[in-house]
Amino acid sequence: MIGVIQFPGSCDERDAVAAVQRVGDGRLVWHEETDLSGLDGVVIPGGFSYGDYLRAGAIARFSPAMEAVARFAAGGAPVLGICNGFQVLCEAGLLPGALLPNEGLRFICRQVELVAEDFAGPFASEIGAGERLSIPIKHMSGRYFAPDDELDRMEASGRIAFRYAAGQNPNGSVRDVAGVINEAGNVLGLMPHPEHAVHPLTGSDDGLALFRALAGAPRAAAA
Amino acid sequence: MSAEVSESRHRELGLSDSEYERITELLGRDPNDVELAMFSLLWSEHCAYKHSRKLLGRLPTEGDRVVMGPGENAGAVEVGNGHAVAFKVESHNHPSAVEPFQGAATGVGGILRDVFAIGARPIAVLDSLRFGELASDRSRYLFEGAVAGIGHYGNSIGVPTVGGEVYFEPPYEHNCLVNAMCVGLARTDEMIRSAAAGLGNLVVIMGASTGRDGIGGASVLASAELEAGDDSKRPSVQIGDPFEESKLLECCLELLERDLLVSLQDLGAAGLTSSAGEMASKGGVGIDIDVARVPLREPDLEPFEVMISESQERMLAVVEPSKLDQVVATCERWQTGAAAIGEITDTGRLRVLDEGVEVGDVPVEALVDECPLYDLDPEEPTRWMYGNAETLGERIALGAGRSADPGDPSAILCALLSSPNVASKRWAFEQYDSVVGSRTARRPEAADAAVLMIPESGGAIAVSIDGNGRRVACDPYAGTVEAVIECAQNLACAGAEPLGLTNCLNFGNPEKANVAWQLDRAVLGLADACLALGVPVVGGNVSLYNETEHGPIYPTPVVGMVGELPDPARALGLAPSDGDRLLLVGPFAPSLAGSELAKLRGELDAGLPQPPIAAAAAALGFIREVVREGLATAAHDVSDGGLACALAEMAIAAGAGIEADLDSLVELRGGSGESCLFGEGPGGIVLGVAADGVRSLIERARRAGVEALELGAVAGERISIAAAERDVSVALADAERAWRSLADSL
Repeated sequence: MIGVIQFPGSCDERDAVAAVQRVGDGRLVWHEETDLSGLDGVVIPGGFSYGDYLRAGAIARFSPAMEAVARFAAGGAPVLGICNGFQVLCEAGLLPGALLPNEGLRFICRQVELVAEDFAGPFASEIGAGERLSIPIKHMSGRYFAPDDELDRMEASGRIAFRYAAGQNPNGSVRDVAGVINEAGNVLGLMPHPEHAVHPLTGSDDGLALFRALAGAPRAAAA
Repeated sequence: MSAEVSESRHRELGLSDSEYERITELLGRDPNDVELAMFSLLWSEHCAYKHSRKLLGRLPTEGDRVVMGPGENAGAVEVGNGHAVAFKVESHNHPSAVEPFQGAATGVGGILRDVFAIGARPIAVLDSLRFGELASDRSRYLFEGAVAGIGHYGNSIGVPTVGGEVYFEPPYEHNCLVNAMCVGLARTDEMIRSAAAGLGNLVVIMGASTGRDGIGGASVLASAELEAGDDSKRPSVQIGDPFEESKLLECCLELLERDLLVSLQDLGAAGLTSSAGEMASKGGVGIDIDVARVPLREPDLEPFEVMISESQERMLAVVEPSKLDQVVATCERWQTGAAAIGEITDTGRLRVLDEGVEVGDVPVEALVDECPLYDLDPEEPTRWMYGNAETLGERIALGAGRSADPGDPSAILCALLSSPNVASKRWAFEQYDSVVGSRTARRPEAADAAVLMIPESGGAIAVSIDGNGRRVACDPYAGTVEAVIECAQNLACAGAEPLGLTNCLNFGNPEKANVAWQLDRAVLGLADACLALGVPVVGGNVSLYNETEHGPIYPTPVVGMVGELPDPARALGLAPSDGDRLLLVGPFAPSLAGSELAKLRGELDAGLPQPPIAAAAAALGFIREVVREGLATAAHDVSDGGLACALAEMAIAAGAGIEADLDSLVELRGGSGESCLFGEGPGGIVLGVAADGVRSLIERARRAGVEALELGAVAGERISIAAAERDVSVALADAERAWRSLADSL
């Protein structure tokens, strides 16, 4: 069972549950829940948690559910943060770097091509290095940033999971970074929305691979 | 409270002397300040439709699929399998002219509330915008602000903005239009009405607290002409908070799903007064409200301010006393407010109390239903009421990136494609989340209509919003008929059959004879077109007094339509495949009257050809069948910039050239090569058809009595169109550059 955290202000939580349900079982997890013991994986969905007041993801990281997610991730269970969920994971220190306002200072919604990097862990099980995925982005603050020396280390240790295809970086992200994983490989954050790429009629079903990987990940120790 | 009211007070509040007299008659005394404030708002044009209600009676509102018609918060039509689609369009013009970001944002917030007030989850927003020419700093500021505001609200709340339209015309320079349409989905048996019922039931206000924002918005802003120095009205513009609305939306839908509410109504223009008044009026009951129990965001609000505040993100519900605790607990869980502020009575009066002491007492009927209605005094203008300016030469130099003879059809095509009314609106729609909800099967500009999958009903819907004020200005009747036909054409390209229509009538001051004539003729056109197409009007909105010292706006009826289609996979987009043939289907008879080219040449004048409504309706049915049966590869209706622009747009979408010959059209319709290339008019759809299917499709059209002409094919890398020796030949890349040049104007 995959849990999708629902904060006040989440937007894509029902879509994320629907995407999970295409390949397995999924349910919403209320932001005040702290017992994730029945779950095999967690999605932190897109949206504007707590209105994104102060800064995107800055308030959500203090929610009871996120404290539970931190323990859950430390136990090795897979956690997928999408868009606002990526921002929350960075704010919570579960992923390195930060998401800054887009270069053009405008919200952008656009189908983009991603290129998978050579990364390890449960999320790599269904996606090979160099594979291209067509997935939409939609955000106001998606410009990934980390200091150069940190980026060098991340690149050297295979922690860049996805980059925008050449010429398609929509927001000015440093080194075209679209998604990163943690050292253990079980926490993945990305700005594009794989839950909106699970049906050919809505543009592509390339995002399904990530949900298959999430649903198929070997069960980790309970948090 | 003093019953003394100075004579000028009611005028300041926008009531005429005779209206004030009528109020004293109905009350049997002078109104006090609280009562006068309430009357001034509910008897405003915005709330009472006093200059339009008589006309609106002409519109057909009955249909087999109509679940809710005009009068409720939104209209709704049955889409099968126990589900209904609710939709409505509403204006937020004057607030947006004062402060475009918040004006547009709260316009979206308000229309979303209208839809979830009837128990439907919003699944799509569309918008219809009008500004002055982009050469003006003010118009660029308004356009950029309104687009950002719409995006801010819709994106933040998780409802996709899937379509819309924007036009730039000088008469909107001082009075922009921001119309927003929301589409929602509900289980038909879970929908709820707004009529208050049940003596002793409680009136509960939910959502945000009440402040001074938007005090008097309905009368001061919405129902009077804008004047210079309107910055001073800024406090009357409401501030939106989509996070608050997101919680309120989820909370209301949960309350309805758990059957905890008797009725529900949003708080819009005129705030509590309007919501409580309308709920009581529809239920035939009275309501007592104690303003001291309304949660406030600032401490010292006067009772009248509480009653008319337009603070956003608030709803009013009627709740059985035994369910109050559950309602409050649910609201707390969603971190949104809830307070019982009054109860249902059998008095038929809206009583306002302040800590139990009566401060206002008016008969509900007088407040809601007895506003005097006015007859219009229409008079046809004797000449073109608006200006003209020649900009074609400049546009050719700009848009085509080269200087050329202003009579050269190739240069004209590029100029038209680069004209902001025709050019791609990607700059705007990329600022909107069009994919949240996982229903969007056709995104903006991928097809003429947005297509949303409705797995709950087993099918899909197509939605579109249309209206071309310039053409309505040329001929209010014909222009309005065209808007309805165009909207239905957009749906037909997706294979969708219209189920219902909503409209927003944006006009100038109806007390002026020429504007009254525009309004009268436009409503007649709307009624005739809806009858001919068999589309019921399920709701709408009227926005009058869109007028400044510079004159009225173009009369701008905006129509939004929802249609159903069985298979979203077969909804056609704009892009045919290489080698496909191109067919023109329908009674399209191009004319330069009222066209984009006539505008650029400064040759606008009154008059349009009368629209062939019946033949257009027949063509729509044919197109729908062809699309549903999968007999075509692409479909695009002919609109702004005429057939040449429609063909160019299809070529750009296909990423391939087009070779076409319009001589058969010239022969059939008469007129010049130029009018066939760039002339406009209703009733034309271009289909892409695989080469081996052309002959049988033409034969099928002939049997159906629908005109179909083969124009050419998708081939090469140029847009080459021959038309009575006025030949167009433009490299695809040049056409695309011109069409994508909107951002260069910003």
